[in-house]
Amino acid sequence: MTLPNIIMDHLLTGIVFLPVIGILIILLLPSNRPSLIRWTSAAFTFLPLCIAAELFLLFNRNEAGFQFVEKFSWIPTFNIHYYIGTDGLSITMLLLTALLSFLCVFASWGITQGVKGYFTMFLLLEAGMMGVFVALDFFLFYIFWELMLLPMYFLIGIWGGPKKEYAAIKFFLYTLFGSVLMLVVMLAFYFYSDPHTFDLVELARPGILKIKDLTIFGLPITIALFKKILFILLFIGFAIKVPIFPFHTWLPLAHVEAPTPISVILAGVLLKMGAYGLLRISFPILPQETYWFSYALAILGLINIVYGAFCAMAQITLPQEKGGNDWKKLIAYSSINHMGYVLLGMAAFTVEGINGAVFQMFNHGITTGMLFLLVGVIYDRVHHRRIDGFGGLRVKAPIYTSIVALAFFASLGLPGLSSFISEALVFLGSFKVYPSLTILATIGILINAAFFLWVLQKIFLGPLNTTYKDLSDINFRELVTLVPLAVLVIFLGVFPMPILDLMKITLDKLLTVIQSV
Amino acid sequence: MLDPFIVKLFPTLDPMLVIISAILFSPLVGFVIQFFMGEKLFRKGDWVSLGAIFISWVLTLFLFSDFVHSQNAHFKWVMSWPWIALPSFSLGMGILLDSTTILMLLVITTVSFLVHLYSTGYMQGDPRYSRFFAYLSFFSFSMIGLVLSDNLFALYVFWELVGLSSYLLIGFWFEKPSAANASKKAFIVTRVGDVGMFIGILIIFFQTNGLLKFEDIFSFLSKSSFNGEFLGLSLLTLAGLCIFMGAVGKSAQFPLHIWLPDAMEGPTPVSALIHAATMVAAGVYLVTRMFPFFTPEALTCIAYVGAFTAIFSATMALTHNDIKKVLAYSTVSQLGYMMMGLGVGATIAGFFHLVTHAAFKACLFLCSGSVIHALHTQDLREMGGLRKKMPITFVTMLIATLAISGVPLFSGFVSKDMILGGTLSFVSNHPNHFLIPIFGFSAAALTAFYMFRLIFMTFFGTARDSKKFEHAHESPFNMTLPLIILSLSSFAIVFTPLHFWIEQEEIPENIHHLATVLSLFVAGSGILLSYLMYMKKVLNPDTLAQRFKYIYNTLIHLYWIDELYEWAILNNVVRLNNLLAHFDNRVIDQVMVDGWAPVTIQTSRGSGNFDNRVIDELLVDGTGQMVGASGKQTVKIQTGKVQQYILVGLGSVCVLLILLTLIL
Repeated sequence: MTLPNIIMDHLLTGIVFLPVIGILIILLLPSNRPSLIRWTSAAFTFLPLCIAAELFLLFNRNEAGFQFVEKFSWIPTFNIHYYIGTDGLSITMLLLTALLSFLCVFASWGITQGVKGYFTMFLLLEAGMMGVFVALDFFLFYIFWELMLLPMYFLIGIWGGPKKEYAAIKFFLYTLFGSVLMLVVMLAFYFYSDPHTFDLVELARPGILKIKDLTIFGLPITIALFKKILFILLFIGFAIKVPIFPFHTWLPLAHVEAPTPISVILAGVLLKMGAYGLLRISFPILPQETYWFSYALAILGLINIVYGAFCAMAQITLPQEKGGNDWKKLIAYSSINHMGYVLLGMAAFTVEGINGAVFQMFNHGITTGMLFLLVGVIYDRVHHRRIDGFGGLRVKAPIYTSIVALAFFASLGLPGLSSFISEALVFLGSFKVYPSLTILATIGILINAAFFLWVLQKIFLGPLNTTYKDLSDINFRELVTLVPLAVLVIFLGVFPMPILDLMKITLDKLLTVIQSV
Repeated sequence: MLDPFIVKLFPTLDPMLVIISAILFSPLVGFVIQFFMGEKLFRKGDWVSLGAIFISWVLTLFLFSDFVHSQNAHFKWVMSWPWIALPSFSLGMGILLDSTTILMLLVITTVSFLVHLYSTGYMQGDPRYSRFFAYLSFFSFSMIGLVLSDNLFALYVFWELVGLSSYLLIGFWFEKPSAANASKKAFIVTRVGDVGMFIGILIIFFQTNGLLKFEDIFSFLSKSSFNGEFLGLSLLTLAGLCIFMGAVGKSAQFPLHIWLPDAMEGPTPVSALIHAATMVAAGVYLVTRMFPFFTPEALTCIAYVGAFTAIFSATMALTHNDIKKVLAYSTVSQLGYMMMGLGVGATIAGFFHLVTHAAFKACLFLCSGSVIHALHTQDLREMGGLRKKMPITFVTMLIATLAISGVPLFSGFVSKDMILGGTLSFVSNHPNHFLIPIFGFSAAALTAFYMFRLIFMTFFGTARDSKKFEHAHESPFNMTLPLIILSLSSFAIVFTPLHFWIEQEEIPENIHHLATVLSLFVAGSGILLSYLMYMKKVLNPDTLAQRFKYIYNTLIHLYWIDELYEWAILNNVVRLNNLLAHFDNRVIDQVMVDGWAPVTIQTSRGSGNFDNRVIDELLVDGTGQMVGASGKQTVKIQTGKVQQYILVGLGSVCVLLILLTLIL
């Protein structure tokens, strides 16, 4: 398949800005034609998906550096460039974003209020996410990072659940707090690099940061300490997004209040940005500090795994008035658990660990996307999510139950499904470096199995709760959103190499950077 | 034997590979067809699954006959492929076919085929008939994959998949809360073991620098060892015990035995296939496969766990009145036997007992299914006198019972005798482990006792529930045929072709004789006691239960182990996660995060007040007021009277002049 050169030369620009063109078109459409708006959005998320597929085909698996690079001077006074490109790390995230965005348009079919505004925001969000993953200039990265925040705020705040305002403002402020820290670090990088630059590739060159000893508030700060401070600030900025304990409490709230497709995007893509930022910015630019921080990172990973799993299980054992008994919240906490594996794998600096971590980011995007879509399916029918308010639904909705079971088993790391491969790689990698932490982390596996099966039993097994005797099984539109993900979960569980092939060379190079410290 | 045909069909492929792939994948294809369109097929597609497993079975028989003809106990065929390849890391998938695998394949496909056949009768009319066969096919696929795997990682994958099939089949009648509970319990309890096994895999992977293939691990150990120790155990022993933990979970050994009796909630054919003959034996298979890996300390531990499980579980079978539960405890006990055999180093004996046990235990379960099918009850107290009503079931079950009790001429006698001989020869070398054979022989006596109790209560005497008895009838042919085949394979003579394989293991002559005499004695006394109690009623079981009330209660409550776990583990986990959730809600979210809100509000209020009061009202407005006030004061000077102005002017000039003269 050959496309005209102008498109082939600007594939990444296309993947970022096609949704923006979609916005312009939607703004011109009459707001009383919702289905036209929906189909337009579908088209303008489908096109990025096509580009993502094209990238997947064209991507050179043996190249560690950036591909499909586009670089133009943007604000020459400050040496800011429109500099985008993709490597093994970001291409997986681009694929994930393109796929989930496209499927979420169909999951948004049920939105009937403010359709025009909703899809405008949705497409803007997609543009922002794509931008973050392709940006190679810190300034550009920051712009896209902030750009995402705005539509997310409105999507939760307007189309969300009963506590949407509280959730939206909390999400906004929390993320903004992280962004400010990132901004500080960005400026520090700029002013201490010689020549001044925001170029992430340049900044990763050893010795470009020429920091002299300095005094802040009369305290002498050594270079080493200053770089550590920068690392910590940047880390907190990203930790909020992952989210890493104790910066995680915005997540259950935002997930619960957000409408289904937005929860999917939030958990599926936005959570990956924290880990992506660490791998893209902190690791290569501050390798010594990364290495210095690695044990703490592993411990935080362990806490995420165990703590997230226990908090998820508490959703079953705690009554509603004490903040429990919410199926969606349970999945939100299980996301904290799953992101813990990413951290643990990243902290080990082994081939298995880091590949497992990035693969886990991808797999978590798929499985958690499925889980949120599935909660949405039942919520649309019965308008509640109380775990003990169901019972025996399998009789009425066998297809739905099968897909839920698949998603649950994928999440609890059943072999043959994609998450198992990534979790196993993480464990194999981290055991070499942190044997005791890894053994403790296996508690997470057990608790995961326990609460997923418990929920499965409470909702689907046992005698049918007669309130739901007229419950309808999953419909065609919902199947459209779920089946591609289900197929991926199984396919990647058996043949993980198509995704691992994309990332392995890039990650190997990243590892050598840190191991050389 | 088949090779010439296959070479013609697939000239470029290794014929062995073609056969093995067909054995492995035909049930998977059966599963996929059955899962997605079973409902729409003729007879709801049972023939798809049955045909698929039939293909695997026939091909396995060919493999087996080749193996027997070769008379080569050390036959081996391997092939492997890369699966996950990263820079400086790789994991493979591969096939290892040796005598152990072939015997396992034979057990799995035979029992599986017969159970499929039996289920066409037993499950008839079930609303999810086709789904049942889909799950059976999936189980067969995973189980075959498990025994074919050539490395620990691949084995672990299939290990979990059989766990999944077991979960699905135990909870097949998920509308029953008890079945739903049992399936969940089975999955989680076995997963405890699996996590241990996974840690074992991690240790091996780390210590051998990435070797997970069985052969590679053994050849690594022949050259070097693992470095390090923990709690006084060498790391190698520890890794072995971790791997064994997986076996403890799957093979329901103490202390993870609690899931297997509950698993009887599944349909009886499932109990026969998964929870008696094949999946629960996977633990025994694992220990056999990894045998060279275990250190003597680890093996001793395995022997003790096995021996204790054998006797412990046999006592629980004594008092129970649920026909399937009695068989379940018996299975746990027999699995303990196998582990004990492996632990004392009698590997062939332990593994051979797996093979013989698979046949007679599957037969026992299917017979019990036949009884349940006829009477619609599982309670032994409601049975009795069925001998004449169900002659085929009676005879086949009696044969299997003779086999499990260790009566000569039957297969169980041979394999049990070998294990007991093994324990005796082990003790002759290590006299302080004398408890192992004591447990072994006592368990044999108990086994004979409770099995005959079951036979007497079911088939002899008079009908205790006449209404149910009236309706009882012999099962149809598709159910009795498997019974007949399995009972025939409970005769020792069936296993004569395997002599060349069994004879690998040598037990000193005198010890062997002693074992034979002793085991005949204990089996005979068990049967005799049972006869006296349940046929002749010389001893009344009820008065005995009254007399030894505490013991009886302990047994009937299964030593309160479930209650203990619930109290010690489950409750505390629930407490812990509620505590953490509170902490998350109150401390982290409401104090640490939302706590900033009042601080921010107070600060902004304060700074707002400061801005309002100090800056604005005091400084800015204050200046204005001062200017205004001073203006008001100065305005008083402006009286408009010219004389005053001139006076003030003159006065000022005078003052200036005086000042000037003073200064100058």
